Amino acid sequence: MSITLQNITKSFDHFQAIKDISLTFKDGELTALLGPSGSGKTTLLRLVAGLELPDENPESRILFNDADVARKPASQRNVGFVFQHYALFRHMTVFENIAFGLRVMKRSQRPPKAEIRDRVNELLKLIQLGAMANRMPSQLSGGQRQRVALARALAIRPKVLLLDEPFGALDAKVRTELRRWLRELHDQLHITSIFVTHDQEEALEVADRIVVMNQGAIEQTGTPDEVFHHPASEFVLQFLGDVNVFHGRFNGSSSRFHRIDTDHPSRMLVRPHEIEVLLNPLGNPDAIPVQTHRVLTAGAVVKLEFIDSLHQSIQVHLSHADYTRTPVHPGMKVYLRPRSQYNPFVRSAANGYGH
Amino acid sequence: MNRVTLRPGLRSSKAVEIAITAATLLFLGAFLLLPLAIVFGEAFRQGVRVWMESIVNPEALSAIRMTLLVTAISVPLNIVFGIAAAWSLSKFRFRGRNLVITLIDLPFAVSPVISGLIFVLLFGAHGWLGPWLGEHNIRIIFAVPGIVLATLFVTFPYVARELIPLMTEQGTQEEQAALTLGASGWKTFWKVTIPNIKWGLIYGVILCNARAMGEFGAVSVVSGHIRGHTNTLPLQTEILYNEYHFTAAFAVASLLAMLALLTIVLKSVVEWKTKECRS
Repeated sequence: MSITLQNITKSFDHFQAIKDISLTFKDGELTALLGPSGSGKTTLLRLVAGLELPDENPESRILFNDADVARKPASQRNVGFVFQHYALFRHMTVFENIAFGLRVMKRSQRPPKAEIRDRVNELLKLIQLGAMANRMPSQLSGGQRQRVALARALAIRPKVLLLDEPFGALDAKVRTELRRWLRELHDQLHITSIFVTHDQEEALEVADRIVVMNQGAIEQTGTPDEVFHHPASEFVLQFLGDVNVFHGRFNGSSSRFHRIDTDHPSRMLVRPHEIEVLLNPLGNPDAIPVQTHRVLTAGAVVKLEFIDSLHQSIQVHLSHADYTRTPVHPGMKVYLRPRSQYNPFVRSAANGYGH
Repeated sequence: MNRVTLRPGLRSSKAVEIAITAATLLFLGAFLLLPLAIVFGEAFRQGVRVWMESIVNPEALSAIRMTLLVTAISVPLNIVFGIAAAWSLSKFRFRGRNLVITLIDLPFAVSPVISGLIFVLLFGAHGWLGPWLGEHNIRIIFAVPGIVLATLFVTFPYVARELIPLMTEQGTQEEQAALTLGASGWKTFWKVTIPNIKWGLIYGVILCNARAMGEFGAVSVVSGHIRGHTNTLPLQTEILYNEYHFTAAFAVASLLAMLALLTIVLKSVVEWKTKECRS
């Protein structure tokens, strides 16, 4: 089922959490709502679920396929919702938690007892917790609780699955395991899914599409590749990973960047892995002279920190192979050069992004 | 207290420990256990038969009926009020919320006699609404409605007070989860909210019940002490005592004391159950 939001605004008192958003989630896709806290991503998810209602506006609609559900309560939308802190029913066993949505159905729609039991057992198998059916939620680990919450949401065969920071409360290792598992599950079930996260790595790894949000508005929508390699705004670039900011100016029509203070300052933004280290500046008149400050070789990449002549810190990530070609140590004077002439994101102040 | 459970900085010498424990036990014995023993001792001084006769005396029976009636009305009403108040105060944030929480505590802060007087001033023959009530032949003061109102007032905080912190701590996430799973508000309330607050609610009801049966001050002001009509057990005890019917007075008092003991037992069971549920 596809979901379309049209002209949705949501205010709390005088604060606009969502500012006139229009957006479509395609059928069967797994979409990430990515943004910092306070960007409105959770509010947007809750609007889709019906846990919040949008501000009154004749233009605003929330369409499930073609049906407008904007004024329908959560209980009638048939959505599966997974909360950050699980929200399992604490007085019910795992089995009863998963069966809840089926047991509260109207008598006419409610499946017979045997069918409920079969469906719950099937879901228990899916979440690999068959042996835990009679445990109470308090006897489970965080990762297990979240899987039960997911099974509970799936039990009612929802047309859409909504997950609010589903892995936010889990520790790092369980988190990576669980998100891989969620991706596999989605590939099996193909249910339209939206999940909220502030973790760019999680969004890039799991989602088919990413909606980057900032201050109640959408900054960019696209595939992980699109938002990572072709960010639409400086905010998106900054949010999807570390970035170095160089001040300087562009030399006329060429894309050559000069790091000189002028009357027309520009900014060049370059990710740490898109900079190379040169031991001498021969043939590279634009290379930036810097002093090595820190070298961290423990990790998948070598992390280097340099200080330039303006006392700015510059982060560089090198592969171990590149690092052995240009080994540096703290105190050493070297030169830096962005790897490509066309940097992923270059805007001058005149174009509206500078300060 | 067991020394092992003390924090290292609080470790005391054996002598001090014994002295403090002894003082506590002595105090408990002198002020709680001794009076209790005297109540039962006096009540049964002339044997079980005399005790029994004092209880089945028509005036005493009337007082028992009155106490049960007042409790049977005020406790259920307080359950409803208490849950409604706790629900609205813990699940919603609104302006003036803290003021309302303070107001719920008012009956704790006010002397019960004052609570009773409030109702006399409102509904008494010379009170604000007295003339109107008189015209319509409605009796509140010196009648059952007045006693129920006074009891409701003094017992109001027990259920709400118990539930507000519990429901605030539990938040609204489970209710929201139930709604997204298709449950109606009604089903969510009965299947999620009530089971979650069950033990806190029972605890509050036990305390509320004990106070409703035992209330003296507020009820004394509004009841008018009409024998066989508007006397409750505590009032009946006082009347008998003032008229030097000591054995009868203590017999009636022993009923209240039994209620107190039962309350303590139930309270402990509920506390133990609650702890078990949380662990």
